Amino acid sequence: MFGKLTTGDIVQDPLTLIVVIGMIGGAIAVVAGLTYFKKWGYLWREWLTSVDHKKIGIMYIVFSLVMLLRGFADGIMMRTQQAMAIGESQGFMDAHHFDQIFSAHGTIMIIFVAMPFLFGLMNLVIPQQIGARDVAFPLLNNISLWLTTAGGALMMISLALGEFSNTGWTGLAPLFGLEYNPYVGVDYWMWSFQLAGIGSTLGGVNFIVTILKMRAPGMKLMKMPIFTWTSFTANVLVVLTFPVITIALLMLTMDRYLGMHFFTNDLGGNMMQWNNLFWMWGHPEVYIVVLPSFGVFSEVVAAFSKKRIFGYTSLVYATGVIMFLSALVWLHHFYTMANNPSVNVFFSITTMAIAIPTGVKIFNWLFTMYKGKISFATPMYWTMGFLVLFVLGGMTGVLLSIPPADFMVHNSAFLVAHFHNTLIPGALFGYLAGFSYWFPKAMGFRLNEKWGKLSFWGWAVGFVLAFMPLYATGFMGMPRRLAHLNNPDWTPYMYIALVGACIIGLGIFAMLVQLFLSVKDRKKNMDVTGDSWGYGRTLEWHTSSPPADYNFAIIPTVKEIDDFNRMKEEGIAFKQPEKYFPIVMPKNRPHGAIIGVLTIVFGFAMVWHIWWLAIVSFVGIIGTVVAIGFDDDSEYVIPAEEVKRIEDERFAKIREAMAQKTNNE
Amino acid sequence: MNTTDINKIEELEALRVERQHHAEINTFGLWIYLMSDLIMFSILFATFVVLGKNVAGGATPQELFHLPFIFTETMFLLLSSVTFGLSMVAMNNQNKKAVLIGLIATGLFGLGFLVMELYEFYELAASGNTPDKSGFLTAFFTLVGTHGAHVFFGLIWLISMIIQVAKKGFSDKVRSRLVRLSIFWHFLDVVWVGVFTFVYLMSMI
Repeated sequence: MFGKLTTGDIVQDPLTLIVVIGMIGGAIAVVAGLTYFKKWGYLWREWLTSVDHKKIGIMYIVFSLVMLLRGFADGIMMRTQQAMAIGESQGFMDAHHFDQIFSAHGTIMIIFVAMPFLFGLMNLVIPQQIGARDVAFPLLNNISLWLTTAGGALMMISLALGEFSNTGWTGLAPLFGLEYNPYVGVDYWMWSFQLAGIGSTLGGVNFIVTILKMRAPGMKLMKMPIFTWTSFTANVLVVLTFPVITIALLMLTMDRYLGMHFFTNDLGGNMMQWNNLFWMWGHPEVYIVVLPSFGVFSEVVAAFSKKRIFGYTSLVYATGVIMFLSALVWLHHFYTMANNPSVNVFFSITTMAIAIPTGVKIFNWLFTMYKGKISFATPMYWTMGFLVLFVLGGMTGVLLSIPPADFMVHNSAFLVAHFHNTLIPGALFGYLAGFSYWFPKAMGFRLNEKWGKLSFWGWAVGFVLAFMPLYATGFMGMPRRLAHLNNPDWTPYMYIALVGACIIGLGIFAMLVQLFLSVKDRKKNMDVTGDSWGYGRTLEWHTSSPPADYNFAIIPTVKEIDDFNRMKEEGIAFKQPEKYFPIVMPKNRPHGAIIGVLTIVFGFAMVWHIWWLAIVSFVGIIGTVVAIGFDDDSEYVIPAEEVKRIEDERFAKIREAMAQKTNNE
Repeated sequence: MNTTDINKIEELEALRVERQHHAEINTFGLWIYLMSDLIMFSILFATFVVLGKNVAGGATPQELFHLPFIFTETMFLLLSSVTFGLSMVAMNNQNKKAVLIGLIATGLFGLGFLVMELYEFYELAASGNTPDKSGFLTAFFTLVGTHGAHVFFGLIWLISMIIQVAKKGFSDKVRSRLVRLSIFWHFLDVVWVGVFTFVYLMSMI
């Protein structure tokens, strides 16, 4: 009836138990709150079934921030363990538990923080930047969100029932095979990864079509905002490489469920094939998470320097070159896997070559700031922190790209320091810059600047303290993923790293305070014009904050790069059009939510071998997809009068605000 | 005509253009999706190349494959593409009956293909050549099985389109869905040609 699942599978470890009880308590509080305030209907109608790209974007980001807390908790536990477990002391957890924690940390940070955060920002911004009313496939967008959260839900369930994988976020053949890992840990990792990955592939298809087919008239490719460009290249990589991991995980599924021999070390399996397939996805994935973030920096640096981005064309070409090269470097993750030297050399050269277009970008951003009138707002803090710290991470990357050097520090703490040095300043700082930059656009009020800047300092200082020591211990020969250290020389470095992690914790705390204070004082910080910072250059600032369902009452005709800036210079940015037309909009539909819930059930049933439930939920998913195919009632029309009413209201407010401003002056 | 009428006509025209744009976008989206599907198959093909020789002391492809059987199976799938093509011609001539006959024929050929494939799998398993016996059989069953699963889901889609054509006739949405199904169906054919060549023919050499 319940497959492998018995009461003995409920987690026993006291520390985890406390967390689980806390989570269940939190869930009960949320359910009770929703029931008490009678918000279930609102939540269902306005959010869970919403096909509005702005709401989907917000939900993605909320999910990502929640998962960031979980991933950070894992991170600080690892730092604590490594600071404690030296010599005689075994620390506060055993090796098996530690293995699960580093596996969960990596999986969460890449799949459930970085991916949803970037899809959240893309959802929020891209349709507005290209002058569209929604993405190409609004319902598919909702389904993507649900598949990602279904993976996340499965990940969280693994805390309470069973265990998580102990083979790292990258998997490890043949350790993750049935022979060495017969329990459910690897299955949880595999299914949560797989479901979220499918969601990402669908999201990638959606955004490629959106960007290529839904741009406002006049917006040629070379007039697109840089964030749209970098997101476009990232989505090309998504569609190019996520299918690879989908199939690699399917192969692992076959190995684990049907006893096949893809990655086993007997009967003709090939363990190295896993490394190839994983990194064929894994390396482009790094660029998938980092390219949109480069886009955010480009938008922010131009807006707050009050200049057009320096060398737009070179920046676009550099992005394209990075996209191209990133698919040709995967082998540098396993130089040590007994490849032919000339193979290693090929991948070494392509890897080094990526530094060139990335260097071009650094100069684009620097020269944009040069002689600009820079406003030091929170997004600009993140950007400048990125410029300084990321260059360091890039240089250690070039060092690692040289095979003989890589042989010395392969899978050492040096590597851990390197990829955190690229991903935290490179990707995360960018998302947080985008978060503070576009928050007023999404929510209609500005964030608290003081606590935002404090959060930046927490992250930046904490990051340096947490990861610079790892470069040093890496050189001293410390391998990654150690549950216990036997060299007392490393101890002081581990203490510094722990202090750094705690300071990052303060940065996260400052972010929560910032959100709390900003919501509390929102009446004082309302954004009336839609051009929240006053320096907006691209079309997303042309809509109201938060934008109307249809974003643009009249689709703008684009004349140049930074078209909204042109409108402001010509004095037509806030001029109300004389005539409105009816607008066709997609309807909210429940299919995505149904598929999402069924997917969680399906994943859970597969993990625990509850076959009947897996079959029922799978048939349910297929049935829902077929039902979408039959549904012709997918859109509604907003009449022209209604559009006019909404817009009249908006422009009345703008006029009032402008009159007030003139009075004050 | 007074101004209100002109306004109304303008509004209707705007709506029509927007809807037409949507049909175009849907087809383009399917193409992009197929690209991703093609990558999935390319990985399966590549893995078959890597593992295909690893028979681990078990049966070799030469001993297991019967080309005349596979050829017949292939013909079923190719014919199903022909009948689908004919029903698309019939759709452009607004001939509902011919479209339905064409689609049903497509479905039957597709089903025949699937039954033959399952029979081949059954034969292999009955003679002890299950996928857990060797790297070669693992890669073979997964590649061919993934294609078979695509045909199976294609059949579900086909049945749902037969019902839609019968019930709703040729509305804009039904037509656009039928166009997309036909692209998907031909895609399965192209992939099968790859399977036939690289898995069956090349293994016989």
